Amino acid sequence: MDIPYTVELRPDTGLYNAKVGIWLFLASEVMLFGALFSAYILLRVGAPEGYWPHGWLNVPLGTANTLVLITSSITTVLAWVSLKANQFGRFKLFHAITLLCALVFVGIKSFEYHDKFVHYEFTLKNGKFADGHMVENKLKQDGNSFTGYAVIRGHVVEDERELYDLNAHKAPAHEDIRIDGAQIAKMGNYGPWHNTYTAIYFTLTGLHALHVIGGAIVIGFLWGPGSKLWETDPERFTNRIEISGLFWHFVDLIWIFLFPVLYLL
Amino acid sequence: MEATHAIPHPGVHEAHHEGSGFWRGYVFSTDHKVIGLQYGFTALCFLLFGFFLMLMMRWQIGHPGQPVPIMGPVLEKVLGQVASRGIMSPDLYNSFGAMHGTIMVFMAIVPLAFAAFGNYLVPLMIGAPDMAFPRVNMASYQAYVLGGLIMFTSFFIPGGAAQAGWTSYSPLATSIPTNGQTFWIVGMVLLITSSLLGAVNVIATIIQLRAPGMTWMRLPFFVWAQFVTAFLLLLAFPPLEAAALMQLMDKVAHTSFFLPTGLAIGGTLANVSGGGSPLLWQHLFWFLAHPEVYVLILPAMGIVAEIIANNTRKSIWGYKSLVYSILTLGFLSFIVWAHHMYLTGMGTRISTFFQTTTMIISIPSVVILTCLFMSLWGGSIRFNTPMLFVMAFLPMFGIGGLTGLPLGFSYSDLHLHDTYYVIAHFHYIVAPGTIFALFAGIYYWFPKITGRTMDEFWGRVHFWLSLVFMNLIFQPMFAQGMAGMLRRMSDGGANYSAATLGPDVSGGLSSRILHLNIFILWAAVGLGIAQVPFILNFFWSIKHGKPAGSDNPWQATTLEWQTPTPPPHGNFATPPQVYRGPYEYSVPGHDRDFTPQNEPEKA
Amino acid sequence: MSKNENHPATAHSVRGYLIVYVALIVGTILTVWASFIHFPSREINIVVALVIAGTKGSLVAAYFMHLISERKMIYSVLSCTAIFFTGLMALTLWALHDFPSLTVTH
Repeated sequence: MDIPYTVELRPDTGLYNAKVGIWLFLASEVMLFGALFSAYILLRVGAPEGYWPHGWLNVPLGTANTLVLITSSITTVLAWVSLKANQFGRFKLFHAITLLCALVFVGIKSFEYHDKFVHYEFTLKNGKFADGHMVENKLKQDGNSFTGYAVIRGHVVEDERELYDLNAHKAPAHEDIRIDGAQIAKMGNYGPWHNTYTAIYFTLTGLHALHVIGGAIVIGFLWGPGSKLWETDPERFTNRIEISGLFWHFVDLIWIFLFPVLYLL
Repeated sequence: MEATHAIPHPGVHEAHHEGSGFWRGYVFSTDHKVIGLQYGFTALCFLLFGFFLMLMMRWQIGHPGQPVPIMGPVLEKVLGQVASRGIMSPDLYNSFGAMHGTIMVFMAIVPLAFAAFGNYLVPLMIGAPDMAFPRVNMASYQAYVLGGLIMFTSFFIPGGAAQAGWTSYSPLATSIPTNGQTFWIVGMVLLITSSLLGAVNVIATIIQLRAPGMTWMRLPFFVWAQFVTAFLLLLAFPPLEAAALMQLMDKVAHTSFFLPTGLAIGGTLANVSGGGSPLLWQHLFWFLAHPEVYVLILPAMGIVAEIIANNTRKSIWGYKSLVYSILTLGFLSFIVWAHHMYLTGMGTRISTFFQTTTMIISIPSVVILTCLFMSLWGGSIRFNTPMLFVMAFLPMFGIGGLTGLPLGFSYSDLHLHDTYYVIAHFHYIVAPGTIFALFAGIYYWFPKITGRTMDEFWGRVHFWLSLVFMNLIFQPMFAQGMAGMLRRMSDGGANYSAATLGPDVSGGLSSRILHLNIFILWAAVGLGIAQVPFILNFFWSIKHGKPAGSDNPWQATTLEWQTPTPPPHGNFATPPQVYRGPYEYSVPGHDRDFTPQNEPEKA
Repeated sequence: MSKNENHPATAHSVRGYLIVYVALIVGTILTVWASFIHFPSREINIVVALVIAGTKGSLVAAYFMHLISERKMIYSVLSCTAIFFTGLMALTLWALHDFPSLTVTH
């Protein structure tokens, strides 16, 4: 006896099996990202006054990524529509664009991540803070002390909170600053360890990016070797495109919330 | 003995079923029955392993600082410094404690109750050929094995296994200098993935693959129980997965999700950014862990209902009440979690909220237990081994549930939180509760899987010894808890004894309370010995047990008994047609005292 | 092919998708623009951003994911999810902000 309703709709539920499966899975994903969003809210509300960052992320790049994902969303649904209309060629075209968008998204994200890893904050022994992107790193670390020097393009501040809310003041002039090892009390880049904001930023966007990559792999497989199924069982193949499309839309949906929460607020 | 209603062994299915060798047939199978048995066997191995961890812990509690008999030299050889001279160090005790809890909950009970019984029985009971997604099913088992392996190997790495309790609270979990905590988190992520895939499968199968005529209200209660359990796993596990990911980031990427500002470890300020919240971990952990305990009990209730109906030869009392109660229980279980956190400094308003929902959730629990008790009334009871275990389940679960009430009230929980009272409470529910139901299920469905019955005499020996020793182990713990003995003390409370504290300090543990530790140790040894007849009976009966004599030796009504033994690939040659509810026993006017669900109405 | 025709692919629905697409782009530009407006309090920025995000998300869910014409079974799963998600967020936030109000001092 074969498993029924893999393609045919079950009369009382009006659904085929994989559609039930993917919505159940998406429900669990809502809880997963929901927990991370809850963590974000809690960490932000619990942060001391003036110590929650604003303006640390590149809004134009984030906006571009949002538009890229939205575009990939419509090409995904149009790819499915093409198959319903028996137009295999257009399906291939639309999903090729989807995959291209995924590539662009991950590319821009990688650029953003890299930017954070070359952005340093130095706590100086004189109580001031130097902050900027590394131009030249000739520092050697021995335990808690440093020798050598580094050149950063940035600025020096007295109150650390000036490094946090970048939207509150006009951007200060960035110039090349040389910092000697002997001046440094502490240093670190803007990786996840920098503060709870970078921690939740990297975790949320990192998990999201993994979902983008995973979804792209599945769609890529269906676009490539998996598309052979169109010749033998077109309805089943169309359903697979619908199911993978649902996952892709969900990934877009998460980003629709991630973008304002992390970049704009 | 009635004629079997089994459908003749379908040669038709051989056409679909590729000639499988050992690997496709037994290791990489997508057949739900094979996967169910794989889960069952693996879970039982972990159950035994978790039991041995506990035995060694009980030795240490009863005889702190003394070399562990028999296992001492083995521990020293395998684990080195932490078991030098065969004595369990406090760190080793902590790792055994953390892993006993983790293994029992996530690698033994849930895989056995939900994945093993669920996978094997749900498709059969609803008249389906397999689960909705057989390859996803195989993947979920593989994720489970991988997660279990990672957990198991963590014992052997430098620093040892996780030591921060099965609850893995930060900042302790992050600051213990062992990679065992990291192994724990990675293992948990794999186990969670396995559960999520399994949950999707079970729910989709029950929704989509019910045979014609199998309406929702004709489902065996076991299927309803698995359905609700799957929803609990589906929606409650992801927040823990998120939290585990964050704790992993804390450990390897040095973030401070759960590490507060100003954290000092060993007297020195930790080199982390701070700004995190340890309570956030607790909320996310318990958001899962409370529904998790219902995951531990619901499949057991399902098994109990099936066996009671069959062995009383009458319908379950209050089927509709049972169904609505289990749905309500599942729903409410998501909003009670902070009753595990009464002592974290929450205000009275939020504590009252959780206390109220906790009290309300006891209502559907009581309704379910009452319906199962009432089902015995007027029944023509057959006292076979499965029925003995199931009848013992009822009062044992009753004790476990009732002792939860003083824990659910925040006021009394002030005294009882983190004491042995809590340990006694939850072990009563899981050990002579769930595990008894699982034993019952094994004895009951053994003839369907193997075509032979397990030996009845040794089954009874197993039952009576287990019942006695379980109670001897856990009953004294209520007294210890009320006397104030705390959990997770590697010296068994010796440091808090009245003798050590001196006459000026009140509240020390009396020597009688402490002496119970030795009593409990021997009861635990007894319980271990009581499992020997079960293990031998189980393996011996597979090949040499008394033949069941028919495809339906218990004369049961549900669909899993209306197949050949063992059920072939595809289970049914054609979809069975269901004509009636699941418990049509002793219906007046029929010549037999049971009518299978798929038997056509007589003209 | 016609058995599975619960969403007939006509020129109509393609136009519908394109309208949603444009709406999403407009919404994105709107939310970026609104983020630069200095409202009296930051909370207003947050509410505005979440309302726009919620609208965009609903459009994706309703039209791209076809939720607007989906079955009761799916709705029930998702409404349970929504309730538990809200519960997780709300109760955790409440728990971390409800402190014992009376403290004992000797």
